[in-house]
This record gives sequence, C-alpha cells and structure tokens, in this order.
Amino acid sequence: MTAALIEIDRLCVDFIANRRTVHAVRDVSLSVAARESYGLVGESGSGKSTILRAICGLAPVTSGTILIGGEALPVRRGRAFSARVQMVFQDPYASIHPRHTIDRTLSEPLAIHGLKGSDARVTQALADVGLPPSFRFRYPHQLSGGQRQRVAIARALMLEPEILLLDEPTSALDASVQAETLNLLSRLGEERGLTFLMVSHDLAVIDHMCDRVLLMQNGMAVEELTREALAEARMTTDYARTLFDASADRMLG
Amino acid sequence: MTLLAVDDLHVTFDTEAGRVEAVRGVSFSLGRERLGIVGESGSGKTLTGRSILRLIRPPGHVRAKSITFDGTDLLRLSEREMRALRGQRIAMVMQDPKYSLNPVLRIGAQLTEGLRQRDRLSASDATTKAIAALEAVQIRDPARVMEAYPHELSGGMGQRVMIAMMLIPNPDLLIADEPTSALDVTVQAEVLTILDDLVRERGMGLIFISHDLRLVGRFCDRVLVMYKGRIVEELAAKDLMQARHPYTRGLLNCLPRIGGARGPLPGLDRTADWAQEGAL
Repeated sequence: MTAALIEIDRLCVDFIANRRTVHAVRDVSLSVAARESYGLVGESGSGKSTILRAICGLAPVTSGTILIGGEALPVRRGRAFSARVQMVFQDPYASIHPRHTIDRTLSEPLAIHGLKGSDARVTQALADVGLPPSFRFRYPHQLSGGQRQRVAIARALMLEPEILLLDEPTSALDASVQAETLNLLSRLGEERGLTFLMVSHDLAVIDHMCDRVLLMQNGMAVEELTREALAEARMTTDYARTLFDASADRMLG
Repeated sequence: MTLLAVDDLHVTFDTEAGRVEAVRGVSFSLGRERLGIVGESGSGKTLTGRSILRLIRPPGHVRAKSITFDGTDLLRLSEREMRALRGQRIAMVMQDPKYSLNPVLRIGAQLTEGLRQRDRLSASDATTKAIAALEAVQIRDPARVMEAYPHELSGGMGQRVMIAMMLIPNPDLLIADEPTSALDVTVQAEVLTILDDLVRERGMGLIFISHDLRLVGRFCDRVLVMYKGRIVEELAAKDLMQARHPYTRGLLNCLPRIGGARGPLPGLDRTADWAQEGAL
C-alpha cells in the first residue's frame, strides 16, 4: 500500500469572531490516495471549504497535521507547494482578475515560477480546456460563467500540479454547463493522473465525480462513504440519511 | 377560475448593439395552482415574472396583448393603481435574502413598515401581526428575530423572513423567483414545505421560477420550460420524466444522479434543429 498523497490528521481550525471562538473544523482526519478523487459534502458552515483553505494555508490551523506526499507543509506555502497543489474556486466571476486579459491570468503562474515558453503553454492550456485560441486576449467580462470557470481550471493546471482542490466548482453554473465542466474535469483528471479533493453541497455531483465522500456537519466529520455505499444508501448516521433524502435528484423518484 | 392570463408577452431591450429580444411571445394562464417556470440563465424566466408586476425599467420595454389579473388588464393600469396592487395582491419573493432585505434596519422595522404605512396600524398591532407572520413561517423565536439585523440571520432564516413579509398582506398571487437557490438542500426542503402549506391553506396562486428542473417537478402542479425567451414545452409536473422536447430532455439528462453511470454526462446539443432561430 502506497502512502496517501494527502493525509490530514485530527485537524482543528478555530476563528475568533466577536471575541468568541468559532470551531470551524473539529478533529477531522482523512486521507486521499494518489489519483483518487475524494469529496467533502455538508451544509454551509460545516467546515468543508475551510479544510481546503487550511491545506492552502489560508485558514489558521489550531492543531492537527496536514501532510502532502508524507511531508509536513511549511507555514508559508511557497513555490514548491503551488507547483504541486492548486485550487479552483466556486465563483468564476470573483476568482479571476477582472482587469487582466486571459493571457496575463494564465501566464502569471509561469512568470512567478520562472518557466519559459509561456506563449506555447498558454495556447496549449486554452486548447486543453476546450476554449478557442481567440479567447486569449479577451477580458473575463467578455466570457460566460462556464467559459470563465474553464479559464480558472486552465490557470490551476498551468504549473502541472498533482493535486487539484475544487471548491464548489460548478455550483454557480447552469445544469448543462455544469455537465460540460464536470466532463472536462473528469477528462483532465484521467489524462494527467490528477488527485481531486472536491467540495460540494450537491451529493449527486460528488457521487458522479468521487470515489469516496466524507459528510460533514458543524465542523465535524459525520460519516465516510464509498461510492458504492452511497449508491445503495448504506449510510448509518441520521444526518447522512437526511442529506441523502433531501438531495434534489431523489425528488424525481 | 383563471387568476392570471398572460397573452403574447414580449420584453425587449434597446442596447448599443441593437434590439435584444429577451422574452418573445410568452402566453400562459394560471388558476389557484402552483406553476413552475424553468429555464437556464438568459431564458427570460425572471423577466417574465417581473413583467407581471411591471417591474421592468427602461431601456427594457414590455409589450403584450394583455396581462389579465383577476379581470383587470395590468398594462392599462396607471403607475399609482399598479403600486396599490403590488405587494397587496401580487407579491414577489426574490432570490437572495442578503440583497433583498435592508441591511441597516432591524427585521421588525422592515416587517411592520408596510402595516403601519399602508394599513395605518398602531405600532403594537403591527408588531403582533408581524410576529404572527414569523410564526407562520416556523421561526421558533420570533421576538429575537424581530430585533435582529439581516446579517445576524442565516440564509434559511432570511428567506423565511422574506416569505413572511410577502405573506402579511395575504396576496392572491405569489411570484417566487428562485426562492431557495441560495439555500442548503436540507433548508431548501423546509422552506419549500412552508411555502407549499401556505399556498394550500390560503388558496393562493404561485409562480415558482427556478433553474432546477427536479425541484420544480416535485413542487409544482404544472411546468413551463423556457428557452431563449420562448416556452418550448408545457407539461404536468408528474409527467416531467416523459418530457418530449429535446431541450427538456437534455436538461434532465445532463444532471448527475446518485448511483448513475460514471461516463461523461450528456451535454446539451445547442446546434440541433430545435435550437435554431426558425424552429423556436
């Protein structure tokens, strides 16, 4: 058995708000093998996005450890980290610089890491996510939501990372555009051997994309299910059952 | 009995790039039932809802043969008469409580404002009525919520407050524009149940606008499917899975399902015959 690529052990994240401590993540452990896709599901405030942010160093870790490829992460995440781990955010309207062209957005990671051949790489990156080369010198406002999310995915892949952290990558998109984006992620994951850690509130989306899923509530891990167990509704906790029953695709019976 | 009849509704916008037709000839009628309007972004579903309340502002332009509500043609009413109708007889619940409630006023002040201004109730009578309305949407601690500011409420609570606010004048028709899209699935189910009970008890008509075909299918009696400003299919919600139109079928098929196949999800073919200008 190879060691897990992402190993999170008893992670706690606390925020101080109005002089009160908010326990956003409490004692959550999980491990994701290389090339696996792992889902985190829960309601708003369940701490699922905070886990992704903690991996990137964007949330204050109170205790617990996060190992990537068996190594602890430096406090300042640095270039070695960003070459390995990249994140795609929920809202493509907010996560791309509105005053930079797509070309500048995509070539910036290359410039920071001192990589050459930016011209060819940007063209290739656009082609990889199914955007025409003519989009290269456009601004984000000239693109639809689905096209912007493709740009965000292309940007995350510029440094050829192993791990992609996906924070609700399709919840701002229409159903048909969601399908296209999920298909794109599956294809890229397959081609490049990516490891996904994906957050969503939509159990059906997670089920489609992930091999295992962790259900979260109030910052705590409630239950971990494999894809088979989820499909056969073999959950043991009440909360998992509630979430499963409320899931929209159950509504059609 | 027909509560609302919309005949040949068009909404156009004059832009620098020319005239954009956002709604093109929509006709439907509604009794005291739950009607769903579904479509993707840009299909014209929200504009259809707003046109009924005459809330489209220039450069938008509304044109229709008639929009008849309870025997009167809304298009012939003066702005003053229209204002008397909005809220009182036709109410609208917007998508996101974060943007629709006044962030610097307490919930109590926002709920009682209409009662005091319009119905000339005393402060204590208005408060009693507002608390009753909060109880009707199953808010457990209405006294606390009355004192709270919008940012102190969760999304689900905020949306319930909005529904309570719209229900105070007891309207005949409620237009709900994506009332649950900003909410978690479990909260979504609660809010929909509340809405459903209120509509049944009070015998209101409901227009439920949503992008979520599955939700509309479960919650409404009848569904209109819109694409590019036109109604492409109208069907009873229980027959949704037997939809004929390729667009409706496409929308249903592109959704992932728990336990579904792992392969690529079928996309929507927007180049097919039905999607061409002439066919619509």
